[in-house]
Amino acid sequence: MKLPVNLSVNGQAYEEEAEPRTLLVHFLRERLGLTGTHVGCVVGECGACSVMVDGALVKSCLMLAVQAHGCEVTTVEGLAQRGKLHPIQEAFVHNFAMQCGFCTPGFLMASHALLERTPNPTEEQIRQDLSSNLCMCTGYVQIVEAVKEAASRLGEWRKTHT
Amino acid sequence: MYPAAFEYFAPGTVDEVLELLARHGEDAKILAGGQSLIPMMKLRIASPRFLIDVNRIASLTGLRQEGDRLVMGALCRHAEVGRSGLVRLRLPLMADAASQTADVQVRNRGTVGGSLAHADPAGDWPAALLALDTTVTIAGRDGLRTVPLSEFIVDAYTTQLGPIEMVTEISVQLPKAPSGGAYVKFEKRAGDFAVASVGVQVELAEGGQCRSIAISLGALGAMPTRARAAEALLLGRAASPELLTEAGQLVQAEAQPFADTRGSVEYKRHLAGIIFRRAFAAAVDRALGREVETLHV
Repeated sequence: MKLPVNLSVNGQAYEEEAEPRTLLVHFLRERLGLTGTHVGCVVGECGACSVMVDGALVKSCLMLAVQAHGCEVTTVEGLAQRGKLHPIQEAFVHNFAMQCGFCTPGFLMASHALLERTPNPTEEQIRQDLSSNLCMCTGYVQIVEAVKEAASRLGEWRKTHT
Repeated sequence: MYPAAFEYFAPGTVDEVLELLARHGEDAKILAGGQSLIPMMKLRIASPRFLIDVNRIASLTGLRQEGDRLVMGALCRHAEVGRSGLVRLRLPLMADAASQTADVQVRNRGTVGGSLAHADPAGDWPAALLALDTTVTIAGRDGLRTVPLSEFIVDAYTTQLGPIEMVTEISVQLPKAPSGGAYVKFEKRAGDFAVASVGVQVELAEGGQCRSIAISLGALGAMPTRARAAEALLLGRAASPELLTEAGQLVQAEAQPFADTRGSVEYKRHLAGIIFRRAFAAAVDRALGREVETLHV
């Protein structure tokens, strides 16, 4: 039996329904067509499916869609505004912080959550925090560099966007 | 990968949960943070026919000080514990555990009550909270009952929760100054379960002797235990290098680890002695008012 899932994703309201066993990640991708959020390991190890739910970073493969009923969700599609990349995305591009790109949406969301909480993280903090997400191509060095650069880009960006 | 189909309930009160448990018995499972249960359901290790999601029960949320105790609702998330000023100031051992459990995402969802009820032998909360005076409040059809954590977990993945019962609160005594605590966890890779972990909570007398001491061991047996012989050795005495060597040997003797992919029995026992000494040193430093972090000790 399907249950209602009324929620806001990237500021847009949806009135949908889902089988209770539908995971949030599948709901976002298949029901809402938001395929930016990736399905990696599906057992909560890799972080590719990371999204924000009510301001907290979560793995959307470890949450049921029905649990997001009434919640505000932000996915990677919610980062860029009016066709312009978010500073974190720009920093990832500038630092070649991806190769195959599969893990990138998760890293972007994890970096976004980190920089919201800790605007000027040390390298140690970046590495600790992003240990939640796995990348099998880059060896992480460029990702860490990108987050450092994103922190300084965001400082400027916030002056004009808040 | 989907869980097997189930009927889903999201009740708003503890009474409704108990009613659902009474109706569906062993076929029902309570969903709290879901960071262990949902993977288990996807891997079909668990296939409950009825899933009772308690996340909408407001009375189970938050943490607060009540007299000389910290009281956490069963739904208190790991991240919430880690952010609490009261926890950081008075219960640094818990702040250590809160910041080292799994990763950011899991800490935002996973709950203290769920961790205790799941009773994973390598779980952080069962081990960390055993070094403190911790009680678990359980709601059942006859009302509430409160049991010490040491009696709550009875075996690997097994608690004394009955089929029509649920955890509602966890309460921890705030230690008296000068005291300090530390939880040291050794992981094979970041965010993993512990290979071994040790919690130490110590209260110091004026001359530096241990007025009280508790040593808890995690991932070193089917369930977390206290290293009673090492505690007895240290009680009333000021630690010297020789005494700590001896205490470390007692800790190693009291550890009963299993061999698994995280290590052999000998390796884990060796680790137990080492991280006990690191946890003890950090606990004493904190009791003396020094700031130490245990992530890389």
